[in-house]
Amino acid sequence: MVGARLKKNIIALTGLGIIAFYVAVIVVSLFWLPFDPVAMDTSHLLEPPAIATGHLFGTDEFGRDILSRIMQGCSVSLIISISATLMGAVIGTLMGIWAGFLGGKWDQWIMRVADILFSFPSLLLAIFIMGILGEKTYNVIFAIGIVYIPQFARVSRGAILTLKGNEFVRAAFSNGAGKSYVLFKHLLPNIMMPLIVQISLSLSVAILLESALSFLGLGIQPPYPSWGNMLSSARKFMMLAPWTAIYPGLAISFLVLGFNLLGDGLRDILDPRLRNVK
Amino acid sequence: MGRYIVRRLLSLIPVLLGVSIIVFFLVRLIPGSALQMYLGTQVETTPEQMEELKRIFGEDKPVPVLYVEWLGRVVKGDFGYSLRTSREVLPDILARLPLSIEITIFALILALVIGIPMGVLSAIKQHPITDVLIRIAGLLGLSLPQFWLASLMVIAFSNLRGWIPMGNYVSFFSAPLQNLKMLFFPSLAIGIGLAAVIMRYTRNSMLEVMQMDYIRTAKAKGLKKRVVIIRHALRNAILPVITVAGFNTGYLLGGAIVIEEVFALPGMGRLALYAIYQRDYPLIQGIVLLIAAMFVLVNLATDLIYASVDPRIRLDEKAR
Repeated sequence: MVGARLKKNIIALTGLGIIAFYVAVIVVSLFWLPFDPVAMDTSHLLEPPAIATGHLFGTDEFGRDILSRIMQGCSVSLIISISATLMGAVIGTLMGIWAGFLGGKWDQWIMRVADILFSFPSLLLAIFIMGILGEKTYNVIFAIGIVYIPQFARVSRGAILTLKGNEFVRAAFSNGAGKSYVLFKHLLPNIMMPLIVQISLSLSVAILLESALSFLGLGIQPPYPSWGNMLSSARKFMMLAPWTAIYPGLAISFLVLGFNLLGDGLRDILDPRLRNVK
Repeated sequence: MGRYIVRRLLSLIPVLLGVSIIVFFLVRLIPGSALQMYLGTQVETTPEQMEELKRIFGEDKPVPVLYVEWLGRVVKGDFGYSLRTSREVLPDILARLPLSIEITIFALILALVIGIPMGVLSAIKQHPITDVLIRIAGLLGLSLPQFWLASLMVIAFSNLRGWIPMGNYVSFFSAPLQNLKMLFFPSLAIGIGLAAVIMRYTRNSMLEVMQMDYIRTAKAKGLKKRVVIIRHALRNAILPVITVAGFNTGYLLGGAIVIEEVFALPGMGRLALYAIYQRDYPLIQGIVLLIAAMFVLVNLATDLIYASVDPRIRLDEKAR
């Protein structure tokens, strides 16, 4: 049912198309890159984009090809944001569905933990964690993932609360099903759609967070390229060579836009209230 | 209302306690100890010297005891001393705070001024193309990284004298006009994301309200379209928008960290980064604690504003 509506939803399809494009770029980058992304070339420092030289997006302060670096940075950004979002989604959802399902004391305690995590602005929390754990790639995933735990806890708890009074839940219990069985076999599949919307929107923010961390020097470390640290080193040269700052930023914005479009489209499909308003 | 406020204030206590526990114990997760960091790798110490140092730094007790002692000092306004400068942490933070708050408020105002009219324009659909353009602008606003936008502003407007701060910051009280000019682009870079969020909420909320019977009645009475939209529709549609704006104000504070770095503004965000780079843990603890406390208070204020404007909220509370 969702699939059929998805086909008609231009917004979601455009988003999917953009994401597919990036996935294709990653696949290509595994086998072929225009230039070696970490090889320095002192004869081509800060060259503007030109077809003649083959550097379509120009070169950076070490003569490295910006397009190749963007292509390689693509997998870094996507892998980190997907892992971080999944981490937050799994932990947060488990907390949220048990809180909503069990209610009472459990609910209060679990949601209080979520409230506390919610009291930190997300970027500040991520920076704080990176500062303490040190600049390792898996720490970036952890720092971003933890930001999402309370968000997923709230979404999934709310969804469970609206569902658990339903007939089919009581029916399952009277058939002798246990709590975990009802929760994971009957309730969880029913709240997947709002979770998927949340995941899509979280992915877009995760990419922004990762690039901000790397921009501040707290994420992926050079010489390994990430869009954020490319922008960071571009800061010193951007007046002289604006292309060093423009293209990596475009790469981030476009991918984030893709996830936002997908999330928006999915929400339109799933939320009948907004559909009528159109 | 009074009792509601008191109850909400009391409910802050466990949250703030939890925040302080996280801030305190996360710092304890550092490989090695803060003391080791302070000594660096060049200093050799015997175990006896280490014990002595721990005693001097007050690190010789069990961690929960240390936490309670630390919290006791924090409540009294003693956030400890910087590991790098040996100065008291709190005055240094408070000196940087006004600039960050100013940028945050400026960004919030810009976001409201841009977001609400665009949302209304988009919702009333006088020109279908305006609607499409505004919605695309909204999506772009959500998708552009703030620090990139800020960098582009620096590239594009560095020729405008006095508009891009870059190290020659003047405070509001010494030269208000120059100060506002200087903070316009930084605030805009932070505020655009929120403007997009506000615009989208205003649009959705307006679309819902415009379907209501009382709007039809107002139109049928022969009121001017402008009056219907502003006095009848917007007044009702604005409530959820205020909540969203309030809850996002804390994120503006977070955004200020990156933007202050890009524009070289001497605010609390840059101090936080400096503290992180220098591994100055008391300073980090102080800043994170303060920002989180402000975040929680702003959220509470948003709730209270909402409750005071919308009487249904309090009725719900009683019914529970």
